[in-house]
Amino acid sequence: MTLLPLPLDAIEIGVHAETWRAAVTAAGDALQRSGSTEAGYTERMIGVIDEFGAYVVIAPGLALAHARPGPDVLTEGLSIVTLAEPVAFGHPHNDPVGVIVGLAVRSGDEHLHFVAELANVFNDPEVIPAIAAATDAEAIRSLMGMTDPAKEPE
Amino acid sequence: MKIVVMCGVGIGTSAILKVNTERALERLDIDAEVTATDVAGVQAAGSDAQVILTSSELVHAIGKTNADVIVIDNYFDLDELTAKLEAALG
Repeated sequence: MTLLPLPLDAIEIGVHAETWRAAVTAAGDALQRSGSTEAGYTERMIGVIDEFGAYVVIAPGLALAHARPGPDVLTEGLSIVTLAEPVAFGHPHNDPVGVIVGLAVRSGDEHLHFVAELANVFNDPEVIPAIAAATDAEAIRSLMGMTDPAKEPE
Repeated sequence: MKIVVMCGVGIGTSAILKVNTERALERLDIDAEVTATDVAGVQAAGSDAQVILTSSELVHAIGKTNADVIVIDNYFDLDELTAKLEAALG
């Protein structure tokens, strides 16, 4: 499976976030920690929601935090943050959100097949609740279909 | 037939919606071109589209259009996508 990198340090479980801003910031911090982005990208992900609203909550309980490609994206990457207490993003159907997926890509074209793989993972309706309930990062990587460590970049 | 999927910035969410819309159209055996766009590009991309799919949060950003606007709640729910496309196109 060709999926964006999701190293263990890009996964954080049971984060305490009072607001959607804090939750998205945690997803941005995780992208930064794994070396995918610089701090400015986190601000831009928040800016997208400020500008366009909670449409990033694309399924019940799941937000796909993202922004346009930019110089603050060092390399493509994913992050996953689960919340100890789900928070409202302001979406009419899909609140509250317990899982935030951070997505950073370097160009609009090359992300398409990566994102198709995200659809393959999340089209299974059991995956989002299972990630929300996971207690360790390896379990989340496994739910994301990343079961072969030999194929993963360091 | 042309179908447009729209998200805020044209990255990520619209790509997921495009992939799953194509899968739903396959289920319905409907042949259509699916184009992903963002809020800034929707007027141009949607000018000759029969259907625009987006999230409820973004409907107001489409502006004036002759296309049918379909609101998708769960981008990963192929049953929802298939039913709503069938209702609009069937």
